[in-house]
Amino acid sequence: MELVCPAGSLPSLKAAVDHGADAVYIGFRDQTNARHFAGLNFDAVTMETGIRYARARGTHVYLALNTYPQPAGWPRWQTAVDRAADLGVDALIAADLGVFDYATSTWPELRLHLSVQGSAANYEAIRFYHEHFGIKRVVLPRVLSLRQVEHLVQFCPVEVEVFGFGSLCVMMEGRCFLSSFAAGESPNSCGACSPARAVEWRETPTGLETRLGGMLIDRFGLDEKAGYPQVCKGRYQVNGQTYYALEEPNSLNTLSLLPQIRAAGVTAIKIEGRQRSPTYISQVARVWRAAIDACERDAAGFVPRPEWVAQLNKVSEGTHTTLGAYHRPWR
Amino acid sequence: MTERIPRLALGAIPYYWSREQIELFYAQVADAPVEIVYIGETVCAKRKEMRTRDWLALGEELAAAGKDVVLSTLVLLEAEADLRTLRRICANGRFMVEANDMGAVRLLQGESFVAGPGINIYNDRALTRLAALGLKRWVFPVELARDTLVALQAIRPAYIETEMFVYGRIPLAYSARCFTARHLNLQKDDCGFCCHAYPDGLLVSSQEGAPFLNLNGIQTQSAQTYNLLTQLPELIELGIDVLRIGPQREHTLEIIEIFDRVRRGEGEPQDFDCMLEGYAPVRACNGYWHDEPGISQHDTYPGMHPALASQDVL
Repeated sequence: MELVCPAGSLPSLKAAVDHGADAVYIGFRDQTNARHFAGLNFDAVTMETGIRYARARGTHVYLALNTYPQPAGWPRWQTAVDRAADLGVDALIAADLGVFDYATSTWPELRLHLSVQGSAANYEAIRFYHEHFGIKRVVLPRVLSLRQVEHLVQFCPVEVEVFGFGSLCVMMEGRCFLSSFAAGESPNSCGACSPARAVEWRETPTGLETRLGGMLIDRFGLDEKAGYPQVCKGRYQVNGQTYYALEEPNSLNTLSLLPQIRAAGVTAIKIEGRQRSPTYISQVARVWRAAIDACERDAAGFVPRPEWVAQLNKVSEGTHTTLGAYHRPWR
Repeated sequence: MTERIPRLALGAIPYYWSREQIELFYAQVADAPVEIVYIGETVCAKRKEMRTRDWLALGEELAAAGKDVVLSTLVLLEAEADLRTLRRICANGRFMVEANDMGAVRLLQGESFVAGPGINIYNDRALTRLAALGLKRWVFPVELARDTLVALQAIRPAYIETEMFVYGRIPLAYSARCFTARHLNLQKDDCGFCCHAYPDGLLVSSQEGAPFLNLNGIQTQSAQTYNLLTQLPELIELGIDVLRIGPQREHTLEIIEIFDRVRRGEGEPQDFDCMLEGYAPVRACNGYWHDEPGISQHDTYPGMHPALASQDVL
């Protein structure tokens, strides 16, 4: 199985390459990709350097161009496709029908992956992109159970990549407007979930408040670790109860499912986190490289080693990890 | 240019109502001034109060009442059983189908279909591509603003109709989890169809008591109700073909009446807007139209008292 690691900067890219990634995924420094944050991502120079660095070490580079352009912004996306093709990236990860249409008609040799932002959770949808745009791989949304992934792979005409570790999107990506509802920008339209300019951290005598677009997302006691205010991970009132109405701020960790994921016929494991530091990328890439290698050597005897689990828990967002939708009771 | 009066459409019921409630509702809709009625289950595959054959039978009744019936489909299709139902609907041979997933588009290509709110059409290249596959009508993405609608109206293929969501709680997100079941500490696999108890969803407020979201099974809606009534003259000028109203448990017929009168020019939008406000379970919002956070309510109409206009805005 291929290990696909995030790189939000040149140091992160090098960290991923040096610690065992088979491929890294990166984005331009603008709203053409779904991790558009200040100080993150690549300009033309760093991207060229990064691609050269990865290529010299046998690591593939995928470029995420996975937001949805509107007419006024279209030239920027078109230029981004052209630049990606010129730079010779190993694959373009896209979601929008217009971007796919342009890429296939202008750069027929360019390898295309369907982004998780394309919301393809069933093989009929995947077949659509395969038949019309010749996609070679799909990244599955984090809404499917392991049994559903197994079933889908059997009928899927392309390679399947699944999320293995990192922040957990509880919603079907590509169809989530929670961020734009509260803050005016969404992953689809601007490449941003909870844009930093709309986020507030407010100290109060009883603890910390986090807000998005003015809306109170959560209150943290003095002994609690405050999380970044995403709408899906807030504590709200429903019928007089205050709780995480949508999802606890857990992160996804599927290490223990690795043999089953492999047996299901999954081609690649994706690590989330282009917004994370080079140190984080190094640690996570190292653990997953070792785990995948161990699983390839002896899937039947695979057991996550305690030190892997400890290292991943240490870097996880929040304090808990979950198997997410792969595990039916979670649903 | 002569402006055409847009047709009115009633979107599919997003909530889980009983069969009796559904039948009673559509018996009233049959006499209401909507030309297009979308029917079917769009949110949760587990809801079985109405089977596909029941929706088809209901479609016949509405068609007999002169309605243009469209069968709507699920936004989140995961299991093989979901695809089986989808295939059956797409091959029904009688009514046009609204696709809410690209899997449905694949099954519908080559015949006329509607691209519903679940299909992301953000630019003309996407629209043109689907037009070549048989797209007849598309629903403008709810999170997008006026300027993008203006641009897309100017360059859309001439034979493609544009439909605009103009009233209702906004469908914001879909998940593998059922949030109604979660509220009651039930597992989704053993949910007991608990969303029956919430025919308008389950209100979510901030810890300060500000209404924010509305839980409807695996769907998250806005607590506020999108309302573009005061933009109707502009929408008509932009050549919007169809105006979509989202059903709610109470007052749907009155809401339809208001949009019908305003589209015919039988009264100014602002004369009816306060009435519509009263029909929204929480309050209205229109931020998306103005390129602002969707939750905000922007200058309802020129000349409105500033204190009213800014009321309850976060």
